[in-house]
Amino acid sequence: MSTPRTLLDRVWSNHEILRRDDGVSLLWVDRHFVHEGSHHAFAKLAHRGLQVAEPSLTFGVADHYVPTRRDGRPIGDPNIARMVRTLEDNCRTHGLELFGIGDPRQGIVHVIGPELGLTLPGLLIVCGDSHTATHGAFGSIAFGIGATEVAHVLATQSIWQQRPRTMRIHVDGALGPGVSAKDVALHWIAQLGADGARGHAIEYAGPVVERLSMEGRMTLCNLSIEGGARFGLIAPDDTTFAYLEGNAFAPRGADWERALDEWRDLRSDPDARFDREVRIDGAAIAPTVTWGTSPEDALPVTARVPDPADAADAASAERVRSTLEYMGLEPGRTLAGTPVDRVFIGSCTNARLEDLRAAAQVLAGRRAKVPGLVSPGSSQVKARAEAEGLDRVFRAAGLEWVESGCSMCVAMNGDLVPAGERCASTTNRNFRGRQGPGARTHLMSPAMVAAAAIEGCLTDVRPMLEGRAAS
Amino acid sequence: MSGWSEHDGVAVGLPVEGIDTDQLIPARFMSRPRSEGYGQFLLHDLRFDGDGAPRTDFPLNATGAEDASVLVARRNFGGGSSREAAVYALVDFGVRAVIAPSFGDIFTNNAINNGLLPARVAAEDADRLLAALERGPAPARIDVHAGTVEISGESARFELADDHRQKLINGWDDIDLTGQHRDAITAYRERLRTERPWRWPGVGATS
Repeated sequence: MSTPRTLLDRVWSNHEILRRDDGVSLLWVDRHFVHEGSHHAFAKLAHRGLQVAEPSLTFGVADHYVPTRRDGRPIGDPNIARMVRTLEDNCRTHGLELFGIGDPRQGIVHVIGPELGLTLPGLLIVCGDSHTATHGAFGSIAFGIGATEVAHVLATQSIWQQRPRTMRIHVDGALGPGVSAKDVALHWIAQLGADGARGHAIEYAGPVVERLSMEGRMTLCNLSIEGGARFGLIAPDDTTFAYLEGNAFAPRGADWERALDEWRDLRSDPDARFDREVRIDGAAIAPTVTWGTSPEDALPVTARVPDPADAADAASAERVRSTLEYMGLEPGRTLAGTPVDRVFIGSCTNARLEDLRAAAQVLAGRRAKVPGLVSPGSSQVKARAEAEGLDRVFRAAGLEWVESGCSMCVAMNGDLVPAGERCASTTNRNFRGRQGPGARTHLMSPAMVAAAAIEGCLTDVRPMLEGRAAS
Repeated sequence: MSGWSEHDGVAVGLPVEGIDTDQLIPARFMSRPRSEGYGQFLLHDLRFDGDGAPRTDFPLNATGAEDASVLVARRNFGGGSSREAAVYALVDFGVRAVIAPSFGDIFTNNAINNGLLPARVAAEDADRLLAALERGPAPARIDVHAGTVEISGESARFELADDHRQKLINGWDDIDLTGQHRDAITAYRERLRTERPWRWPGVGATS
């Protein structure tokens, strides 16, 4: 009898070049994505006079700094222009394929990887970006790395890693109307904490996960890092294969069939053991919003703002007090009804076609009370959304429809939330200053952001969906 | 990078949970070349107000804190973004060790790769060390071999993975280490190309 194996065991062992006596493995990297922020790593490479080991496995993507209002004119901000140009220069020097500004394949790295079929089940994918966990939705090992590791991967196409512990999050039952993968993620992170999954690889499983679209699965895996996990992954199935078949770089013909044969085995055995098991009842999850400055500060929209007086100890009370001060919130008030100044729909977390459809379903025929920006996850998503007329829904509602990039999620490209303003956002981090110095961020699903736009305050989207067909 | 195993310096307490990498270095500074030094950006928006004036109540602005080489904080230090610039900001400021109950995993790797010690202590020990720093910066002593930290007479044991301890003490560089395994990497690559061609992008593409 062979030992039961997990999905992680299977993918990990397929990538292990060697394992040292101290248990650290040297792993082969199948795909490496670089972006404007990778300049430190290229500088390290240049400093040591090293070449990129496998240019055909390395792809450049312009996303972090690209302006979202661009019409072919040169970039105005010299700093941003230099960042984009440096990436272009580094890609040219090392012979890397670049998905740059103006390329119809451009978009946020974690959106275009799967869209182009560069992301596949059973791969090992790295990028100098913590949301690389997104690609785990396809049953690959995918994680973010720092600049020193980026330089190492560029130079050797491999990476040293200690095998993570395993954790399975099993989501039972079914999600209610108006509840999405974003709510599932914020729900578990609030339960376990922003460092709750530290040192672990999470496998998401159960009927709710199986019924999620690839978009939903990507949102779930994307947020693994916000719960402290090394990465998240989901066993590939027919939903996965249907998403990938025919995508530009995906295998074709006999290679596709051969890959499918292997991919169907990428799952955990029924009796496989995990270091930790967490079970969540999908039906108990409500539309969720964050109230604080960590993704763990999440509550159902129907809840009240926490009171420092209810905290377990003095340190927690102080943390709640200082968080509420930053956020400009009063303890005990209901979260619903909190006025917002603007909304943002975008980012690697929630800017795929399904996300835009969910927001448009709420916005159709309605008008936003506050300004907002909608930045599709990729240029391809943008084109598809426009073909469906979603752009007209957003514009008619009074929101601005712009080009693709990381935009207001990380506020590097000039799109930011002014100090003291409150933003309902489909992004992944509500950290202090994340969307701009002094910005106040509330994380939630695209449908919930759309609802906040219409009401001008945090609000429960569910009544607004009544009588509207599910997308 | 040179390794180290013992350090005598000055500790400062930051009694805050969840000091994420966006706070360690706000994104707007990350396009700067490292040669400018990143120490000036460390915890920028906590250290300085909107006009660039130091916030007097922030511990790193206390008298003597400019020499800080050890920081003590609460849980989940360095969570969030993978930006190694967060570690550059700490290192360029002069920080050699951060003591906290938990760290972001990517931050931990980045720290080790830059000779910065992420020392994991029990939450009660962090509270005790923070209490010892309530009145301001104080002398600190760290022994990486023994896994101990001592601040103002309070001592605590810290956890560090064995491979990280070795790397920090010896100042090992991964690219150099991996160079010894070039044959194994080449052999793996050749096997992959023959046995699993689908793992290469665009294989079988007709265009």
